[in-house]
Amino acid sequence: MKFVEEYRDPVAARQFAEAISHTVTRPWTLMEICGGQTHSIVKYGIDELLPKEVTLVHGPGCPVCVTPLELIDKALQIAAQPGVIFCSFGDMLRVPGSSRDLFSVKAAGGDVRIVYSPTDAVRVAAQNPDKPVVFFAVGFETTAPANAMSVFQAKQMGLKNYSILVSHVLVPPAMEVILGSPDNHVQGFLAAGHVCTVMGFEEYEPLAKKFKVPIVVTGFEPLDLLQGIYMCVSQLEQGRFEVENQYARAVRRAGNRPAQELVAKVFRVVPRKWRGIGEIPQSGLGLTPEYAQFDAETRFGVSEYTAQEDPECISGLVMQGAKKPQDCTAYGKRCTPDHPLGAPMVSSEGACAAYYRYRRLREPEPADAGSQRRG
Amino acid sequence: MCLAVPGKILSITGEDFARMARVSFGGIVKEVSLAYVPEAEVGHYVLVHVGFAISVVDEAEAMRTFEILKQMGELEELEPKVGEA
Repeated sequence: MKFVEEYRDPVAARQFAEAISHTVTRPWTLMEICGGQTHSIVKYGIDELLPKEVTLVHGPGCPVCVTPLELIDKALQIAAQPGVIFCSFGDMLRVPGSSRDLFSVKAAGGDVRIVYSPTDAVRVAAQNPDKPVVFFAVGFETTAPANAMSVFQAKQMGLKNYSILVSHVLVPPAMEVILGSPDNHVQGFLAAGHVCTVMGFEEYEPLAKKFKVPIVVTGFEPLDLLQGIYMCVSQLEQGRFEVENQYARAVRRAGNRPAQELVAKVFRVVPRKWRGIGEIPQSGLGLTPEYAQFDAETRFGVSEYTAQEDPECISGLVMQGAKKPQDCTAYGKRCTPDHPLGAPMVSSEGACAAYYRYRRLREPEPADAGSQRRG
Repeated sequence: MCLAVPGKILSITGEDFARMARVSFGGIVKEVSLAYVPEAEVGHYVLVHVGFAISVVDEAEAMRTFEILKQMGELEELEPKVGEA
């Protein structure tokens, strides 16, 4: 496929890896934000092409992984109600709630449907006017325009039976939490290419300046990632801390303005809880008053519900780059993709699932390898 | 979840938020909303996420990665090899 295959060329990948080796003179720790990037890095063994001085740690950019337990429980409560049609992206169905997951609700007779796009859920609502249809609106900035459009369309169509359970999170506030932590050892970031396709990258410039970290907007194919790493370590070696754009074929500085406009009409910035991390102020999206009638939490009376996460799962530390998946005592033993304890083992973009799929048959890395290097 | 895949626009119907395209992903054709890429035309490649095109691929920028690789290769040839002085 054009704009895919050519970015997987192994000869070119080695050339970038060599350029990185020639550039690096001392240890550096970089974090890739997006779970899609984590998946590519582990799948293609990008980290194994790098010189030993460069450590990649995996960021919190997997929306499935950071959706808090209580929101999963709310989804389960709503989906189990008689008559409700609950629509979701497929990867949310196996995320464990406090006592079960959406698949088990479906197995028990609940009408839980996997959709490809939120607009499919709007279509289901139009076809079933006598039934409440709820869409589980999970995602980062990349998915917000699609989810916003579903609500906008439902309002225009006068659909009274459509609502969304919102679990939208934003990347920059999470980066600020990671960078502001006294334990932080991340010295450079690969920013999430598709988040920036929608939002642009102007909002990363104050972060780069405040924390003196290079931030390189990076794509998802092997050559994108290697070029992004090369640009990031080049900045570090030169003592620069700028926002640069590796993924210019998709990302413009200002992002996608029509998408931003509809997102701003339907959603507003609110505090959000992140699974394993806790509440981060101004880190998520909720519906604006104009669209509040489409909020499933108020419609189904689950707004006040809270839940405590399993203290044994170290997913929060994994998603902040402080631990690697194999540092967890449950990894690969009590916690596997078939029986996940925490969300990073569920989604294919979760760091734990990516390691389990591509790395578990190899020699284990030394425990705590990722957190010993500090800048 | 933020997966977006590039595909080529084959045909376009509708206007504004209802503007839709048939997009080919290496031969697999899907209906895609062009609501957020009003500049997209037939023949353009668009990046598609959950049924929505979120960007038109800039083909000139897409070549830059390979231009940089070419330049690096040329620089390497100019550099003296170990043992040469």
